[in-house]
Amino acid sequence: MMRLAGKLLVSAYALAIYGFIFLPVVVLVLFSFQATSFPIPPFTGPSLRWYETVLADTRLTSALFNSVLVALLSSALAVALGFLAAWGFARHHLPRSGLLRGLITLPLTVSYLIIGMGMLILFNAAGIPRSLVAAGIGHVVINLPLCFAIIYSQMGDHQVNIERAARDLGAPEWKVLFLVSVPVLWPAIFASFFLSMTFSWDEFVISFLLTRFDTTLPVEIWNLLRSGLNPRTNAIGSLVFGVSIVFALLLELAFLRRSRR
Amino acid sequence: MTGPLVEIRKLSHSFGGHRALDEVSLHVEPGSYTVLLGPSGSGKTTLLSIIGGFVHPDEGSVFIRGNDFTRTPPAQRPTATVFQDYALFPHLSVGNNVGFGLRMRGVARAKRVGRSREALAMVGLADSYHKMPHQLSGGQRQRVALARSLVVEPAVLLLDEPLGALDLKLRRQMQDELKALQKRVGTAFIHVTHDQEEAMALADHCIVMNDGRIEDQGPPERVYSRPASRFSATFMGESTLLSGKVLDLGTDEIRIDTRVGLLSLAGAGEPGFDVSLAIRPEHITLVPEPGSVSLGEAAVTDVVFQGSFKRVSAVSAKDPGVAFIAKLRSSQPVAVGDTVTLYASPAEMVLLSR
Repeated sequence: MMRLAGKLLVSAYALAIYGFIFLPVVVLVLFSFQATSFPIPPFTGPSLRWYETVLADTRLTSALFNSVLVALLSSALAVALGFLAAWGFARHHLPRSGLLRGLITLPLTVSYLIIGMGMLILFNAAGIPRSLVAAGIGHVVINLPLCFAIIYSQMGDHQVNIERAARDLGAPEWKVLFLVSVPVLWPAIFASFFLSMTFSWDEFVISFLLTRFDTTLPVEIWNLLRSGLNPRTNAIGSLVFGVSIVFALLLELAFLRRSRR
Repeated sequence: MTGPLVEIRKLSHSFGGHRALDEVSLHVEPGSYTVLLGPSGSGKTTLLSIIGGFVHPDEGSVFIRGNDFTRTPPAQRPTATVFQDYALFPHLSVGNNVGFGLRMRGVARAKRVGRSREALAMVGLADSYHKMPHQLSGGQRQRVALARSLVVEPAVLLLDEPLGALDLKLRRQMQDELKALQKRVGTAFIHVTHDQEEAMALADHCIVMNDGRIEDQGPPERVYSRPASRFSATFMGESTLLSGKVLDLGTDEIRIDTRVGLLSLAGAGEPGFDVSLAIRPEHITLVPEPGSVSLGEAAVTDVVFQGSFKRVSAVSAKDPGVAFIAKLRSSQPVAVGDTVTLYASPAEMVLLSR
């Protein structure tokens, strides 16, 4: 009897927690299928009406395209730089290595608002206009520390001898990197790339501060929200959420592949 | 070819404040199996890393086939290394692991595959070409590592504790295979180990190292039977050490005042000199034999049954600082706490001055 009550209590608690986390998203997604003009109960759908509107809106679709572009390019750059930094720290003796490593990961703890403001001021002073490129650089700044931390943590000493063996067998340094180090660290590289993609995809503050005419999807959604809630925002929000889920799944896949080995 | 294959001249190297190698010089002959034997921290691995090009020495030089390779990176050396953890490329198949060195040398694919298969067949893994390294056992990975290093036809193969990660039985088996393989390919092997049995079984030339220096080197039989130093006498097999002073010289004989009594034996020395006598465990007996002398009474402190013999430890009654180690026939009745009289022949004792 007691055990049954305990089980019920645990289940209720779990339900409450997951409800707390997912209920807002569920509501968002549900009302994106609303047939009428207001995303409020009662539910009148399901209807794909608002998805059609969203996909017909060139401002939204070009923002979506911009977001994907910025996410892909900034993540690729962040991973490349993060890998090289990790490799440098793991394989070479650098003076003040601990301090330098701390500095490289420091942006992880600084708020995006501060980073965005700093870059806005810097770009203004340097005469670099607000643009997608500026926002992309901002995303590299926030994602590089993450990529570095993930890849560095996986770059253990057990790979030192593997790289040595490659050198011993006649590989020049760039071949050691591309034929041995990168393939061996592939799961970590893959994971950090998709994590960067996810963060860049969702990022608002820096994109908001650093872009002007062409902008990314989160900023465009914010523009929409200024004219009040309607199922269109729900629809585009659901799309963004869907893409994030795909990234998360890919990330999971990368880690799963790793743990099976 | 004349002259040694590898010549090491006065190598010294320090890590931080620690002197890992101290003016080490040695020769490696073509086609020989050289074993560097020593405890951890003796500098043997550092020496191997310097020959392989992974460490550049502070002083001294490395000549291979008469050319100075001291500061040449590993990729451009005629050496190949088998690492203790094998260091196989986990993302490449066994065949591509073996073919890696040939690929780096620009050998065409078809030829590469052929030679890799030959090398794998040589180590008895002909059917593992398409397997991945993680599908192989430790002993098989070891063989792949060997094939990978031998396929590039190095002038000298360097093996860093290659059997260290294997269990004892497999280790003894791989040991025999290594020796047979070396005889077959004829490449000079330099093998680092801390296992003296491995060293004795494999070496044509055994180099005993301690504290960054070479203590002794030569054929393993000589190093075992006539060790050159106290360290060598106790590290390459066990020994009982009797320290003493040279008393006086006779004709061809000297008398030594040891802590268990006066002993006369053939040899040379100067009166007043501190020396040690090393006696191998198999030369100590419980009963007098022709030519043997008494080493005095001793209390047995430990008896370990090891099948064909008993390993007996005993402490001298005259001086508790003298510890005897004897290998006695298993049938000999001896137990802990017994007081026994030990005998050894002066002809079997080795006079050591360092």
